[in-house]
Amino acid sequence: MLSSQKISLAKVAAKAFISPLTVRTFATSAARNVSIDLHKNSFESYNCDAPSLQVDVSKEELIRMYKSMVTMRRMEMASDGLYKAKLIRGFCHLCTGQEAVAVGMETALTAEDKIITAYRCHGFTYMRGGSITSILAELLGRKAGISGGKGGSMHMFTPNFFGGNGIVGAQVPLGAGIAFAQKYLGHKAATFSLYGDGASNQGQVFEAYNMAKLWDLPAVFVCENNRYGMGTAANRSSANTSYFKRGDYIPGLKVNGMDVLAVHQAVAYAKEWTVSGKGPLLLEMETYRYGGHSMSDPGTTYRTREEIQHMRSNNDPITGLKQRLLEFNIITEDEMKAIDKAARVEVDLAVEESKASPEPDMSEFFTHVYQKGTEVPFLRGREPEEIYKY
Amino acid sequence: MSSVLRKAAVVSIPSVRQALTRSNPILATSLLAKRSYNSKNGVEMTVRDALNSALEEEMQADDKVYLMGEEVGQYNGAYKVSKGLLDKFGPKRVIDTPITESGFCGLAVGSAFAGLKPVCEFMTWNFAMQAIDQIVNSAAKTHYMSGGNVTCPITFRGPNGAASGVAAQHSQCFAAWYGSVPGLKVVSPWNSEDAKGLLKAAIRDPNPVVVLENELMYGVSFPMSEAALSKDFVVEIGKAKIEKEGSDITIVAHSRSVGFALEAAQLLEKEGICKAEVINLRSIRPLDIDTIIKSVKKTNRLVTVEGGWPQYGVGSEICAQIMESEAFDHLDAPVVRITGADIPTPYAQNLETLAFPDTDVISRVIKRTLQQKIGAK
Repeated sequence: MLSSQKISLAKVAAKAFISPLTVRTFATSAARNVSIDLHKNSFESYNCDAPSLQVDVSKEELIRMYKSMVTMRRMEMASDGLYKAKLIRGFCHLCTGQEAVAVGMETALTAEDKIITAYRCHGFTYMRGGSITSILAELLGRKAGISGGKGGSMHMFTPNFFGGNGIVGAQVPLGAGIAFAQKYLGHKAATFSLYGDGASNQGQVFEAYNMAKLWDLPAVFVCENNRYGMGTAANRSSANTSYFKRGDYIPGLKVNGMDVLAVHQAVAYAKEWTVSGKGPLLLEMETYRYGGHSMSDPGTTYRTREEIQHMRSNNDPITGLKQRLLEFNIITEDEMKAIDKAARVEVDLAVEESKASPEPDMSEFFTHVYQKGTEVPFLRGREPEEIYKY
Repeated sequence: MSSVLRKAAVVSIPSVRQALTRSNPILATSLLAKRSYNSKNGVEMTVRDALNSALEEEMQADDKVYLMGEEVGQYNGAYKVSKGLLDKFGPKRVIDTPITESGFCGLAVGSAFAGLKPVCEFMTWNFAMQAIDQIVNSAAKTHYMSGGNVTCPITFRGPNGAASGVAAQHSQCFAAWYGSVPGLKVVSPWNSEDAKGLLKAAIRDPNPVVVLENELMYGVSFPMSEAALSKDFVVEIGKAKIEKEGSDITIVAHSRSVGFALEAAQLLEKEGICKAEVINLRSIRPLDIDTIIKSVKKTNRLVTVEGGWPQYGVGSEICAQIMESEAFDHLDAPVVRITGADIPTPYAQNLETLAFPDTDVISRVIKRTLQQKIGAK
């Protein structure tokens, strides 16, 4: 990781209570000496070669993947509980079941690569350096929140993660723009712009594809296809559900998004593709959310409980990795239990810390409307006497 | 450089060219080509050339500034505002986009999040309606929603308001819409100094700034002061300018309406009817209400002039703020708004003329309001 990145991340760390150690990339300081074969149906390609089914990782990376997914799930379950306790208000979109996408991506990328997604963003925020406390505190609308409590569930950012965006599809041209900046500044890195099956039909997505291809941007477009756009099944929203082919002139790759190693392999492949100057690439992650679209949606009116249960039992990303870790003797059952317990303790502690954080000071009401030092002379509150002079 | 320039009558052009060419060859060629020498008033420049200078100077000064929009490069600009920039700076910094406002505006905003300083041109502000979500929800609000973590130093610019004979879909004024959004700054230049100074200020401002130009003003020439010709000249965003001092009534206008207001003021003074004070807003957000209040305390009467629709407009906002301020007690008559007509812009010339305020309308309204006195019946 570049030292300049360390410094800026340390600043965020100081603000958002993350230990800089958690922000360290999954460096391949250890030899990638574990070789795992993916299932032959892990990939399907469109106008490009599929990556190799043989994944080379290190023991440390595998354990890290496991720990990250377990912690992420705990964090989302804690959010679920806090929402039901009415401590979280408004929207809350959980990624339970989709952990492999955020985790597999992170292990294949560096801190110089950038990610942008829509509102199902807590998992990505965590992987990109946000501490659990800062994420939960943001959900609770507290001072220790990663956005100072002023953004909420859908607006979380880190130096190399651009949210957290509430308007469906808008993040895709933004992501193309971040890739544009990387190319302009000569950075050998890529930007991964994620969107769902629901967002895939947005006009601006195709506008972004067009410019990314025209200008050879290091942009990877990732469709997280969890089969439902809110309550609408993919085949009811999309005339063409082969999302990895929707880029037309942009090659694509469909990936088993429930397998963290398949995700890792595909993302590494995509990064290499774009950074080597081949232009943009499209990835479709086939994934699944156990919960509803958001906490306001039970998620059972448009799909069967059998389907949800089937996915949990047969395709769970954590269970899948667990089986591999045991099969390859990476880790023992007891060590695994210890990781599970540690994750629970870590999240429980973060819940307490976030609850203990107070709501933002009134003085923060008018800050950040404009950049500090360049504000307008004054802003009005609800009535003429509520006036704030900068 | 400013020490080299004096009144045109005194200085010899070859020596100016020589000196400039030595210090800054690229700037020299372009600037000297742009200005015209008028022996009475010194240097003059069209609004178009003033904008071009601003873009060139800011792109020269900062590598991160780039221009993106339809026809800005090879076509030299739909209205020639970006003429010559592709030749000077190359295709990396002057980018022709496809006709996809929503996409390229979002792309520009994303590049600003990632550290660049884009100037995103809309061929006219009417087309920016396709991109308004990115301007408002992505550019304007993100600094706040991120608790200050994400910044967006972008400039959006293009011609706003009525042109001539382009009918309803191409004639809307967006000052009120963008002016209402916290997180944006909005400027509306009238003359060449405004255009150059405000565009430079906008590009240097680390917040998202909306620059509402006017197509009919692009070809109009105005004198440029020595200071305005400097490459460090900026007009402070949020400060209005008193174009003409007066004592009997205040006229507040922005953009093209400033010209009509000045004409009306001159006419009324010549007819011995009144001495009007004309304020050029220059900025829509923040609105320089202090300058207006100070003027109203002096003149006791106020009319506003704008090209936009009457309901919920710039004039409406000024009326409301005056009502809520100490200036209210100084009014001898209610504030009157002069605006565009509350209809989609018609095409037929006679109808189009009736759709926007001009010198006659302003004079008529002022004469009428001068007769009014609060409480008198």
